[in-house]
Amino acid sequence: MIKAIIDNLEVEVEKGITILNAARKVNIEIPTLCHHPDLPSTASCGVCVVKVAGRPNMIRACCTPLEEGMNVTTFDPEIIAVRRTVIELILSDHPDECLTCIRSGRCELQDLADEFGIREAAFDNLVAHLPCDDSTKTIVINPDKCISCGRCIEVCQGTQNVWALSFLNRGLPTRIAPAGDIDLADSPCIRCGQCSAHCPTGAITEYDETEKVWNLLMDKDKHCIVQIAPAVRVAIGEDFGYEPGTNLTGKTYTALKRLGFDTVFDTNYGADVTIMEEGSEFVDRFTNDGVLPLITSCCPSWTDFMEKFHSDMIPNFSSCKSPHAIVGALTKTYYAEKMGIDPSKIVMVSIMPCTSKKYEIIRSKEMYSSGFQDVDVTLTTRELSRMIKQAGIKFRHLEDTEADSPLGEYTGAATIFGATGGVMEAALRSAAFLITGNELENPEFKEIQSLEGIKEMEVDVAGNIVRIAVAHGTKNVEDVLNKVRTAKENGEPLPYHFIEVMACPGGCVAGGGQPRALAGNMPRPRGITDDIRRKRSEGLRSEDRDTEIRQSHNNPSVKKLYEEFLSHPLSEKSHKLLHTKYTPRQTYKR
Amino acid sequence: MENKAKQDAAMLAKLDEAADNQRKKHKSYKCQILICNSTSCRSSEGKEVIEALGECVKSHELTEIVEIIPTGCMGLCAKGPLVRVELAGKNPVIYKHVNPMLARLILAQHVMMALKHKGDFQLPDFLKEHTLPIDMPFFAKQTKIALDNVGIINPDSIEDYLSRGGYESFRKVLTMTPSEVIDEIKKSGLRGRGGGGFPTGLKWDFANKSEGDEKFIICNGDEGDPGAYMDSGLLEGDPHAVLEGMMIGAYAQKATTGWFYIRAEYPLAVERLTKAIKHARKYRLLGKDILGSGFDFNCEVRLGAGAFVCGEETALIASIEGKRGTPRPRPPYPTESGLWGKPSSINNVETFANIPKIIRMGADKYYAIGSDKSKGTKVFALTGRVENGGLVEVPMGMSIKEIVSDIGGGVADGKQLKAVQTGGPSGGVIPTYLHDLPVCYDKLKEVGSIMGSGGMIVMDNDDSMVEIAKFYLGFTVEESCGKCSPCRIGGTQMLRILERISEGKGKKEDIDKLKRLSFAMQKASLCGLGQTSPNPVLSTLKFFEEEYMEKMTEEANDEEVK
Amino acid sequence: MLGQEKKSGCCYDSQNLEKTPSKKKVFSKTELAIKKWKKKRGSLIMALHEIQDLKGFLPWEDAVEVAEGMNVPLARVYEVLTFYNYFKLEAPGDIIISVCYGTACYLKGGKDVLDEFSEKLGIADGESTEDKMFHLQTVRCVGCCGLAPVVVINGKTYGKVRPSDVRGMIEEWQEKHAAKNSVDGASDGE
Ligand SMILES: Cc1cc2nc3c(=O)[nH]c(=O)nc-3n(C[C@H](O)[C@H](O)[C@H](O)COP(=O)(O)O)c2cc1C
Ligand code: SF4
Ligand code: SF4
Ligand code: SF4
Ligand code: SF4
Ligand code: SF4
Ligand code: SF4
Ligand code: SF4
Ligand code: FES
Ligand code: FES
Ligand code: FES
Repeated sequence: MIKAIIDNLEVEVEKGITILNAARKVNIEIPTLCHHPDLPSTASCGVCVVKVAGRPNMIRACCTPLEEGMNVTTFDPEIIAVRRTVIELILSDHPDECLTCIRSGRCELQDLADEFGIREAAFDNLVAHLPCDDSTKTIVINPDKCISCGRCIEVCQGTQNVWALSFLNRGLPTRIAPAGDIDLADSPCIRCGQCSAHCPTGAITEYDETEKVWNLLMDKDKHCIVQIAPAVRVAIGEDFGYEPGTNLTGKTYTALKRLGFDTVFDTNYGADVTIMEEGSEFVDRFTNDGVLPLITSCCPSWTDFMEKFHSDMIPNFSSCKSPHAIVGALTKTYYAEKMGIDPSKIVMVSIMPCTSKKYEIIRSKEMYSSGFQDVDVTLTTRELSRMIKQAGIKFRHLEDTEADSPLGEYTGAATIFGATGGVMEAALRSAAFLITGNELENPEFKEIQSLEGIKEMEVDVAGNIVRIAVAHGTKNVEDVLNKVRTAKENGEPLPYHFIEVMACPGGCVAGGGQPRALAGNMPRPRGITDDIRRKRSEGLRSEDRDTEIRQSHNNPSVKKLYEEFLSHPLSEKSHKLLHTKYTPRQTYKR
Repeated sequence: MENKAKQDAAMLAKLDEAADNQRKKHKSYKCQILICNSTSCRSSEGKEVIEALGECVKSHELTEIVEIIPTGCMGLCAKGPLVRVELAGKNPVIYKHVNPMLARLILAQHVMMALKHKGDFQLPDFLKEHTLPIDMPFFAKQTKIALDNVGIINPDSIEDYLSRGGYESFRKVLTMTPSEVIDEIKKSGLRGRGGGGFPTGLKWDFANKSEGDEKFIICNGDEGDPGAYMDSGLLEGDPHAVLEGMMIGAYAQKATTGWFYIRAEYPLAVERLTKAIKHARKYRLLGKDILGSGFDFNCEVRLGAGAFVCGEETALIASIEGKRGTPRPRPPYPTESGLWGKPSSINNVETFANIPKIIRMGADKYYAIGSDKSKGTKVFALTGRVENGGLVEVPMGMSIKEIVSDIGGGVADGKQLKAVQTGGPSGGVIPTYLHDLPVCYDKLKEVGSIMGSGGMIVMDNDDSMVEIAKFYLGFTVEESCGKCSPCRIGGTQMLRILERISEGKGKKEDIDKLKRLSFAMQKASLCGLGQTSPNPVLSTLKFFEEEYMEKMTEEANDEEVK
Repeated sequence: MLGQEKKSGCCYDSQNLEKTPSKKKVFSKTELAIKKWKKKRGSLIMALHEIQDLKGFLPWEDAVEVAEGMNVPLARVYEVLTFYNYFKLEAPGDIIISVCYGTACYLKGGKDVLDEFSEKLGIADGESTEDKMFHLQTVRCVGCCGLAPVVVINGKTYGKVRPSDVRGMIEEWQEKHAAKNSVDGASDGE
């Protein structure tokens, strides 16, 4: 522990902590812009400067460790003047487009401009007016709004190890773009949207498809069906003033109905089906010496990443589609048949925490298994919030309603899909049953619930030791894969039998399409932090705990599905509708 | 064991022998002709002069009598190519602006005649016109420590270096403990010549104390200041001195590998340095168990690629690592975590060049040279409107006036001196009335400039200070790495304002804006580039505000007329 | 400058290698540069230098090859290529005119010289003529400040240049270029 003084307050903190975090401990908030607690400091913006007694220059609080005996001043007229000038400078290289900006009201730069009372443009506007890149149709890069903070680069290169984004040029013309300034769609980008989740401004945002959905909703000829992913329900509330993690499943259903959807389903139903299929796949491979480890596949960014960089692992992939794709395929077959609706008239809209799911629905011909595009449009949570607001629906005052049958019923196992470790936990619950015929005494696996990047454990299933790993953030995933490869090369026993992978750190609760409202007691950053990841995950886990049925195989509607339609997991029909294929994809060296 | 001792002794003997032989060889010639073979002179026909002289000597069968020594920069580059004729028992004669024709005449009418006529030889008038007085203040007033071999030895010859006592300091150091070496450097008072002026001994001390399986020592030869070429002069003229300095540093810090980071615009320096390293390897001065001391050390040369900011330590490290050369915040300091996260210490070329001399002359003697807090000498690239432009080395504390008027011979073309600029794009202008100021780290800072790496640009009355400020700012804007907003955007905005003012479209409030921007950039920029880039503007504003105001009034008048 | 000075030497070596009629794998210039540097530490920029010295610029294909060969992400290669002034992504003109824009040269009229070149060739700083004969660029001090203002054309240094000298310099190089091309043409015919 070290002692120091911040604004005349004595602080005692552990060694190595930054001035910024030490100040927060005594409830002093130093403004920041480029800093994000998920990421190493880029120290680029210069907004967080403070004075340290005895030093001639101002010091960046976000990246300077507090030292024993330091005497820090976080504000005085000079500091505020410097910060204001820096913000004015940033604004002078930024378009005056708040009014038409997708980030307006949720923008860290706009927040600062407001806090510092910037009332006029003090300097010439230097914006270059470069074209946007919306080639991926999942995220959009608007270089004019980029403040070169470097967060997206840290995420894309560091956390995700994808290297789609990089800095080009230097000095004022510095900007972010893929190598050689090619389109993002031609880069290795896996569309995880983590760059957009970490961007402080409107420079990287979701590809907006709300208008498309409005038009479909108004089309009398269409039967519009919607589904919401597990992670949406514990995050959407943030856009309406709720605490992160508040479970708003019922209100969201109601809102969707009010928006004009004819039927409301839940991706959670699909998650239960996923477990039936994937769980059976695992049991089959585990008991019949199949290819192991089995790796989960419900994250499209991860499958894309694997196809690009780890295609040797294709045999290890679960062929099972992701839950929302399953709901899409079943809606346009099973449900359509059952209800006698012409599937060509059905429109399936998925509300997802995820930007990548916009791409998944067209990623291969298996996504057209119903004979139509199984899912027609994917909206992110943020887009749904906007639609609700546009429709003037007072979300807080909505009644809770239920989802429609039969693709709306779900178990606790499905809900936790949205948090890291959840898919594995759900799968283990059912795998154990499938092998032993008995339910687990304790359905929870605390070991894999944390935010640790790589989690490992051994599970004893009827005398069989199953070694599992849970990894999130693609960089971490690669570490796990490499461990498997090394073991194979050395002829050692497999380190794992079953691996859960989510591309986004924290899992879908922290997906690239989630809200960025102010949450908690910190004004910055907007969007995800570990605190928010924890709260949203807890929202899902507490629903699981409160649910009566906590195992996918016990979902009555799922049972019925197999009885009426698919006959059994991994049946021919389920292979046709619920499973997919992977092909190596060429890309350049990253 | 015994065998090893024998081998070690043989290695040392080989060095002594090489030095002796080279001394003997030089003595065996009756005449030596030294020709500057450094970039500047080479490119103004110096190369051809060397060839012409070589041919001449051969065709007159003088190869046993006349030795031609291509050297590093002799200093007075503005009057190059320079040729220095040394005849045994005579005062040396220096020729300026030599071309191949003149070179042949020098050989025929000076060297051969003098050799023939011995005592009573008089230089013919047509040659005299082309000589420089040997006692001119340009030469007489300098104190050469870092440059002591430059312009005297053949930089491509390790034997030449050895014959002048080269690598003796290193050999001496091998008998000392690292902390004894560091103490010696501390005692000398040497401060970094790269601009920051950080005490070198102290830096070495930190580096010595950090732990690591691998430790690096880096030589900063990026020399980005546009219009300064001290480091290139050293590397081209005496690469072994820089190498020896680094080797001593490496020993003192227990560094395992040395890295030379050299500006890509200096191909000749790279070539000579690379050769020097190769030769040093040949004499077992680099490699494993150097000279039997148990000390292992080797070095590598890496090039820059046209980015001024890579002179900044952390950017330089990033550049060697193969990344964009952007600085990062410190701490951690490179001495704790530098190249690839290993402890690394960085020194400037000239800093290293001083080291062997300090060991040789002793720290006390070095300490005695210079001013109160700035010890030793400093090399300057004296350029601009000065008569005797070139590389000069003077004791710290010499006044600007002495450097410019005496050594530099005052302003060229009979114009009037207006100001001197030091510190390049990080420095400032110093008006004539302050020219009694002693040149040292602290005094220059007091008047709003800095010592910098050694650029000294002389300006006359026709030079517009607004334009000068604009020029420097234009440079830093172009060279800003773009990482941090104060510098990336602030620099451009200041430049915009200066452009407006220079076009006569400035407003009075623009001056306030300049000052406000300067303050923010100085305080909130991440690295030295941004922190110091307002200096040229602030110092011209401080001393020559009227020049800015004149531009404003023009505009005001225009408005009224309309 | 560096590029130009080195050009003849390195080019020669690798061309010889390519021409050697042997069964061994024939490496391209780029491959050779990568082979030479990939085992050494801190050598990405060195490899890029070497390839540019050989080719005059660094096109996409070479960047991709470097990324693969040196085991560096392509994005990193482009970060480096676009950060450092020295690297060119497009083929410059054959004759590279570098006007020194260091302080000493600026003070002594470097700008006038630059403007003169710009006007006579009809291109701005950093551009090449349409026929790809000339490329005009600025450099910041080539270490010949005593000769200010300085211009370097394909490795040859001109000191104390006045704007009135510019025309002659251009003509000198046009002639050299024509002479070289006719020699090249002749050897092509063999
Ligand atoms: C923008 C910038 C450019 C610099 N350029 C150089 C340079 O070209 N050469 C140099 O030796 N030091 C340069 N420095 C200073 C170095 O960062 C460093 O302080 C120096 O190399 C340390 O060596 P010294 O202690 O021997 O001076 C520069 C610093 C900054 C901030
Ligand atoms: S990014 Fe922020 S500051 Fe910029 S236009 Fe959008 S809301 Fe306004
Ligand atoms: S915030 Fe101001 S600028 Fe924006 S819409 Fe409202 S009144 Fe207009
Ligand atoms: S979506 Fe993911 S992979 Fe694509 S650029 Fe953003 S962070 Fe990188
Ligand atoms: S796109 Fe966003 S996160 Fe990336 S550098 Fe620009 S402002 Fe920062
Ligand atoms: S966890 Fe991700 S992939 Fe799975 S259902 Fe939720 S959004 Fe879809
Ligand atoms: S982890 Fe979830 S939100 Fe993130 S990319 Fe994968 S499916 Fe989408
Ligand atoms: S001050 Fe300028 S050069 Fe230094 S880090 Fe900031 S932008 Fe880069
Ligand atoms: S520099 Fe600290 S928050 Fe940007
Ligand atoms: S380069 Fe020849 S005297 Fe300086
Ligand atoms: S400024 Fe032009 S050569 Fe130095």
